[in-house]
Amino acid sequence: MISAADRTRGEALLARLRAAGAEPVQAPILLEAGPLLDLYGEDIRARAFQTQDPALGEMMLRPDFTVPVVRAHMAGGPTPARYCYLGEVFRRQEENPARAREYLQVGYELFDGSDPAAADAEVFARIAEVLAPWDPVPATGDLGLLIAAVEGLATTPRRRAALRRHIWRPFRFRRLTDRFTGRTEPTTARAALLARLAAETPETIAAEAGPAVGLRAPEEVAARLTALAEDAGTPPIPEAEAAALDALLAWEGTLAGALVPLRDLAVDLPALGPAIDRLESRAEALARRGIDADALPFAPARGRSAMEYYDGFIFTFADRTRADLPPLATGGRYDALTAALGGGAAIPAVGGVIRPGLLEDRA
Amino acid sequence: MIALGVPSKGRLMEKTFEWFGARGLQLSRSGSEREYAGSVEGAEMRLVLLSASEIPRELAAGRIHLGVTGSDLVRESLLGWQDAVEPLAPMGFGHADLILAVPMLWADVDTLDDLDAVCAQFRATHGHRLRIATKYHRLVREFLRANGVADYALVDSQGATEGTVLNGTAEAIADITSTGETLRANHLKVLEDGLIHASQATLFRARRAPWTDEDRAVLDDLMPRLTRT
Repeated sequence: MISAADRTRGEALLARLRAAGAEPVQAPILLEAGPLLDLYGEDIRARAFQTQDPALGEMMLRPDFTVPVVRAHMAGGPTPARYCYLGEVFRRQEENPARAREYLQVGYELFDGSDPAAADAEVFARIAEVLAPWDPVPATGDLGLLIAAVEGLATTPRRRAALRRHIWRPFRFRRLTDRFTGRTEPTTARAALLARLAAETPETIAAEAGPAVGLRAPEEVAARLTALAEDAGTPPIPEAEAAALDALLAWEGTLAGALVPLRDLAVDLPALGPAIDRLESRAEALARRGIDADALPFAPARGRSAMEYYDGFIFTFADRTRADLPPLATGGRYDALTAALGGGAAIPAVGGVIRPGLLEDRA
Repeated sequence: MIALGVPSKGRLMEKTFEWFGARGLQLSRSGSEREYAGSVEGAEMRLVLLSASEIPRELAAGRIHLGVTGSDLVRESLLGWQDAVEPLAPMGFGHADLILAVPMLWADVDTLDDLDAVCAQFRATHGHRLRIATKYHRLVREFLRANGVADYALVDSQGATEGTVLNGTAEAIADITSTGETLRANHLKVLEDGLIHASQATLFRARRAPWTDEDRAVLDDLMPRLTRT
């Protein structure tokens, strides 16, 4: 349950974000399930409470503010915009039944594409500043590096798109890289199919496989058979690139300490260059706000499986002594989410949320 | 006294009675066919006849001490099932595999890798997520998440699930299959790595039931017989 003290603390945090120039916004608690499912997939059902409305159909209790705030902004808010909010979010806790199912979030969202590095630094510094009395441990990451690395791989657009789609799913990403780098062999059934494709047309193979049932048409099956045959003839991703990608995924250190090793990786993955430039600009923008890049923990792949659609800078603030608690605050850049919700019209956006309920007794 | 919950009708009940009988416990249903009462001879135990689908819930609530039901039902309906129940003995009947199946037409699909790639292709082509019909929502979702499959939608199907593809309400199915015949009749095939759970009738112990010292002694005494294969 949300205590009166949590709410008072949340209101104090909100007041500080307002004083910093953010406009307070409201968001509905009951959200239509469709857009959330389209965005997050079925996994959202394990995280959000669902209910049914006789007229509107399936609804969900707000699992976070990002989607409703982005939608409200895209429906007519002027850019640049700074928003703040305070309210309840609701989460099913299938894996950790001891964790809270309803709690408050205080958030700060910045929609401004003019200077992304400055926007990233502003949001990080704002959250750091209001959390300073709790002395949390910050950590940062940047999925933009991983995305840039994938988009620069010397392979087919189809393989790059497949990897790009699974940036946030480490297990499948690994399966795909193993296949595309030739570390795994095709299964027996797949080898047999490829042998058939060398002798017969994809249309014949599809027609002989079975009757046309279901929405997926024989032409779609034939199209993918053609793609499989083409892919089988594609040379593996070069070993140097694969090694650089692995090194990027594994690297951990500080923000300042990342620049030289990342430039070294860019020798094998030149597409990393512009993403490293952006990282460097962000480090400079953070320094201008008094954040020391030498002391700021950084790992490129941090926050990768958080399912939050972050695609650039990401950060967390953790309690210094309670490793068992979820982060006190999290945030990051989510340009891809605004693109998905805006039907292609993206607005560069970065934001962060604080959980006042975890700050209890620590002021 | 230990309360033993067993399925109240059909083959599952008969097989359960036989299984206990072979281990020296005579289970019987008292009174008429319509009366859900029974008795146990051979141990200090009370028989509770329940619908197989209610047994997981009764075990989790601790209203029965022991219960016989399918391991699929326990995993699907009990969140954190290991905290609620302990499997004591697989009983060797009621075998049923929860599997993922797709149309035979899909010559390009053998594995989950293929299914995931087809999900992406399907969404791009049709503008909505590929639908998988099932009644085992949690088991299927957890399986697909663990395997990193994306861009699918689960649609609820409480019966005749194999027919949903033919009827155009789903593109693939996840269902219990004891034989492959229904699948073949509906032009479906199982993915090579599409076994989500191999279920069988299982004797479970309820961790949260009120176990007295006497109850524990009775179970300890029975255990060698119950776990005999």
